[in-house]
Amino acid sequence: MTTTAMTTDTALRQAAVLRVEDLRVHYRTPRGPVKAVDGVSFALREGERFGLVGESGSGKSTTALAIMRLIRPPGRIEGGRIALGDRDLTALSEEQFRRVRLAEIAMIPQGAMNSLNPVRRIRDHFKDSVRAHDRNVGDAQLKERIPELLGMVGLRPETANLYPHELSGGMKQRVCIALAIALRPKVILADEPTSALDVVVQRQVMQTLGAVQERLGAAVILVGHDMGLLAQFVDRLGVMYAGKLVEVAPIGDIFREPLHPYTQLLIASLPTLEERGVFRGVPGLPPSLLNPPAGCLFHPRCPKRLPQCATVAPELREIRPGHWAACHLY
Amino acid sequence: MPPLLEVRNVTQIFGDRRKGETVALDDLSFSIDDEAPSFTAVVGESGSGKTTLARILLGFQQPTKGAVYYRGDDLGQATGRAQDQFRKEVQAIFQDPFEVYNPFYKVDHLLAVPIRKFRLARSRAESRDLMVDALRVVGLRPEETLGRYPHQLSGGQRQRITVARALLLKPRLIIADEPVSMVDASLRATILESLRKLNQDFGISFLYITHDLTTAYQVSDNIIVLYRGAVAETGAVERVIKDPQHPYTQLLVASIPLPDPARRWGETVVAASGSEANGGPGRGCPFADRCPYVMPVCREQAPPLYRTHPHQAVACYLHRGTETVLDGDISQAFREYAPAGAP
Repeated sequence: MTTTAMTTDTALRQAAVLRVEDLRVHYRTPRGPVKAVDGVSFALREGERFGLVGESGSGKSTTALAIMRLIRPPGRIEGGRIALGDRDLTALSEEQFRRVRLAEIAMIPQGAMNSLNPVRRIRDHFKDSVRAHDRNVGDAQLKERIPELLGMVGLRPETANLYPHELSGGMKQRVCIALAIALRPKVILADEPTSALDVVVQRQVMQTLGAVQERLGAAVILVGHDMGLLAQFVDRLGVMYAGKLVEVAPIGDIFREPLHPYTQLLIASLPTLEERGVFRGVPGLPPSLLNPPAGCLFHPRCPKRLPQCATVAPELREIRPGHWAACHLY
Repeated sequence: MPPLLEVRNVTQIFGDRRKGETVALDDLSFSIDDEAPSFTAVVGESGSGKTTLARILLGFQQPTKGAVYYRGDDLGQATGRAQDQFRKEVQAIFQDPFEVYNPFYKVDHLLAVPIRKFRLARSRAESRDLMVDALRVVGLRPEETLGRYPHQLSGGQRQRITVARALLLKPRLIIADEPVSMVDASLRATILESLRKLNQDFGISFLYITHDLTTAYQVSDNIIVLYRGAVAETGAVERVIKDPQHPYTQLLVASIPLPDPARRWGETVVAASGSEANGGPGRGCPFADRCPYVMPVCREQAPPLYRTHPHQAVACYLHRGTETVLDGDISQAFREYAPAGAP
């Protein structure tokens, strides 16, 4: 199994705050199941910033939603185990899991700023979230806590009295970060938290998220397709392709020496400020998840494919210390 | 010969005195030459006026002041033949490759309409040949594209079809408003490459409107950096991006998330862009409130464009004493600029 290798690493097991093992999420369609996430495993270390990168349809957002148990039909978690510390989250009932959400694992979803209720003031959003977990939190306590939370994301206390439309995009996004950390979670999941923002604001929001994470000592999973943003923020990166993790390594190692041909092409395709007028796309298109190719899912596009790539699916193995790749080249 | 497209003192103001005015574009002048195909980027964050500019250039909107001239004719006054010529020769590519399609029609429809409207083909076979050629130029296989519905194609394929559609009319100028911002990173390079190829092989000029400095640097010759409706900095793209002189451009360049973990953002905390509306005319430098080098003069009057280099002009009083751009026509700072009427 691809999965056990990573999690039997005892050192990792001890330090891991969240472990995802052999996660499978399928969407049922009349033409058969779409395997959006197919056997994904990784361990998130304490205080770590872990990135999940991939093109649209690679399963990165589905993985994040599955961890939050927010997959909607026709999607379904078909298998796998998600553990927070020593606790198996997959064994929890809906009500038990509701208590975990926000309090222990919080999510900043894609376009989070649009999730604010336009007819409620910012402070009401905090009240609702906090009281959903503890009905006994009094007004006096909240009066102290809300400005503190807003302060942590660089917003003034008066922001609490405003309505969402009175805030800029970057401010709303920071409110969402403040909401996510309201109950001091151990894990923060951020799915493209800055995709609608300008570069300067994006930098501010990411720096805010980083500062807040360090203060709480929480671990962060950052999901995105922008390799630049991930390079700026994460410690370790997992590259997803067609529902599988194809490479996992410390961010410096992945950029210095990407092992998987897909990662190599992805990094080579990034526009830089070094060369002008040089374009290298990744040739071909991602496979249909309804009728995936046999063997390695990347083999039809792979410039380095070997004969066995068309028949045998490669396992994710540790090729170098801490550097994992699913490829027959190694 | 007049330039292909000339923007002369264009100002766009939204709202009114009573409710407060927003200056979306402030006295912008530049031109796009007809002789040599060019690739010009217009860069700015949301609220910089870049989409307003696209709308005015396409004739969707009349500017409050100033005018746009196409081959010497005022676009606002153009009728009949001149208008037809403009609609054929100037094409647009928009941001969302999903929105331009009617889901009930096969993609052929999108290509067939311009062929019919502009009578480009005399027969069905000829029409099909045109479509096939255009699709091949943008790197699509016609047998995998024609006869399909939009939902059967990926975002990248759909965006390439809109490029093919623009190409059908053999335009002189393509205005592309964020053409790759909704396309996956791995496909962006391919689409930008096909735009650059059209520029070089077919002599089509491009106005590339984007918030992404990195891709602007990749494809463009010249760049216009807009901040709240005014030109902050302009000139040859290597000059402006590699050696920015305006504090705003410097902030933008420093905020690019470089795909290099060894070169991370500095920890400098930058001032957020305020949400207040742009003041009316006669305001000072729009960047004054966020500028680390702000001086009293910056709040009194907007700075003119100073030519810090033959191919770079900067609207910032830090460069006072340098000669200014004549008549505010920023194309003087463009590379390979040939003034209108020159031999």
